[in-house]
Amino acid sequence: MFGQILFAIMALVIVVTSIGVVAVRNPVRSALNLVANFFALAVLYLFLYAQFVAAVQIIVYAGAIMVLFLFTIMLLNLGSPSELSERGEIKRPVTWGLALLFVIVLAGGVFVRLGKAQPAADDLGTVQMVGKFLFTDWVYPFELTSILLLIAIVGAIVMAKRRL
Amino acid sequence: MEELLSNAWIVIPLRIIIVVGFVLTAVPVLTWVERRVLALMQIRKGPNRVGPAGLLQPIADGIKLFFKEDVLPERVDRFIYFLAPAGFLIPVLCAPAVIPWGPDDRLTPIADVNIGILFLLAMTSLTVYGIVLAGWSSNNKYSLLGGLRASAQTISYELAMGLSIISVVLLTGSLSMRDMVLNQQGGLGLLNWHVFRFFPLGLIATSIFLVAMLAETNRAPFDLPEAETELIAGYHTEYSSMKFAMFFMGEYASMVTISAVMVTLFFGGWLSPLPFAPFTWIPGPLWFLIKLGVFIYFFIWVRATLPRLRYDMLMKLGWLRLLPAALVNLFLVAIILWWQK
Repeated sequence: MFGQILFAIMALVIVVTSIGVVAVRNPVRSALNLVANFFALAVLYLFLYAQFVAAVQIIVYAGAIMVLFLFTIMLLNLGSPSELSERGEIKRPVTWGLALLFVIVLAGGVFVRLGKAQPAADDLGTVQMVGKFLFTDWVYPFELTSILLLIAIVGAIVMAKRRL
Repeated sequence: MEELLSNAWIVIPLRIIIVVGFVLTAVPVLTWVERRVLALMQIRKGPNRVGPAGLLQPIADGIKLFFKEDVLPERVDRFIYFLAPAGFLIPVLCAPAVIPWGPDDRLTPIADVNIGILFLLAMTSLTVYGIVLAGWSSNNKYSLLGGLRASAQTISYELAMGLSIISVVLLTGSLSMRDMVLNQQGGLGLLNWHVFRFFPLGLIATSIFLVAMLAETNRAPFDLPEAETELIAGYHTEYSSMKFAMFFMGEYASMVTISAVMVTLFFGGWLSPLPFAPFTWIPGPLWFLIKLGVFIYFFIWVRATLPRLRYDMLMKLGWLRLLPAALVNLFLVAIILWWQK
């Protein structure tokens, strides 16, 4: 019962803040909505016994990536929100159309798969299980991903240094 | 008593009161200790008028802060301006939830979760929001610079800190803070603590954590976010009254928390340094508090001793010295553990 109430609250927070991210005009507040969203999502991971995923969600996304996002937004100092909006463009109807399409596809997917879905194993998100999978079955993809990230870092440095 | 302690509805609020209550009571005492010790080191008197030896000074300060006028600067982002002090204080008070204060697991930690140290890292990485948002919402360039500095500093030193913690995780084989303390229990007492493991590798990890914890709490010599000679008071320039007091409390509370982490990870938590008679008479929680006091004294001692670093020196130290040292250290610890197997 307690769990269901907490789930309902978190689900509500996720929906409201998700809308907030795109609807709020002030870029800093939009970023803060995303932070709140990540928090509520971390709580949902805890419901699934995925403690490791929940902790990483907060450390990596809320603690590091969003701080850098805020950092960038503040440094750019995007001016007053009204200057950013564009009028009479074709972008807006296209965006709404694509968003609608996405919702339809997502809802369709959920309805088609709903009956066949199986609950994940209880310990799938724990530190032990994530570590075991990462370093046995998925060790090559894992290492390849790290090389990919390294290439991205080197590329970023090369591009930044060109102008120094 | 036993029955009361097994009831979750009683024991969990009790634990929260013990931990948060202790941290919040420690804050005013610490302000007095810091001013007295600094005065002692600089050969002056420090606060000595209010009460015996100035002991009532924190209460006087508290009353003053509470009744001060709350100034709201023009054109601030009100909502975020009000939110920021709480956004700083709340994660700081959440962090000690996973630290065990004694051998009895019924009173502390609040929750002995199996991601203990990750929870702690998550909470300490969140404190930066309060600072960076305070700086941004104040509508003041010095505040903004202070906030930006704080976020860059915290992210940079978190890496070195995390890597030094991982070597402890490797030694323990668990992320639970309780397991980390129990792993340091053994026949040799003091020599079994993580700080003396695989000498000098444990000591290097401890030193890296020590430097990183000064930087994470924005304390001297890493107090760049509030460097008064360049930034007036940094991110809390525009804050007054209780909102300023919340930042102040947060800073001291995070000092207590991070010292507690240091004691738990490297200095045996509640364990007595030598496992025989006169030392084992002192109960575990008291040992924990003694060690905690040593590190808080260290914070004050460093503040009185070292001048503030320049900003580029701070970044260089974090990225080019501490991070590679922590990586190599972690690698060596892993090799020794693998070889012992």
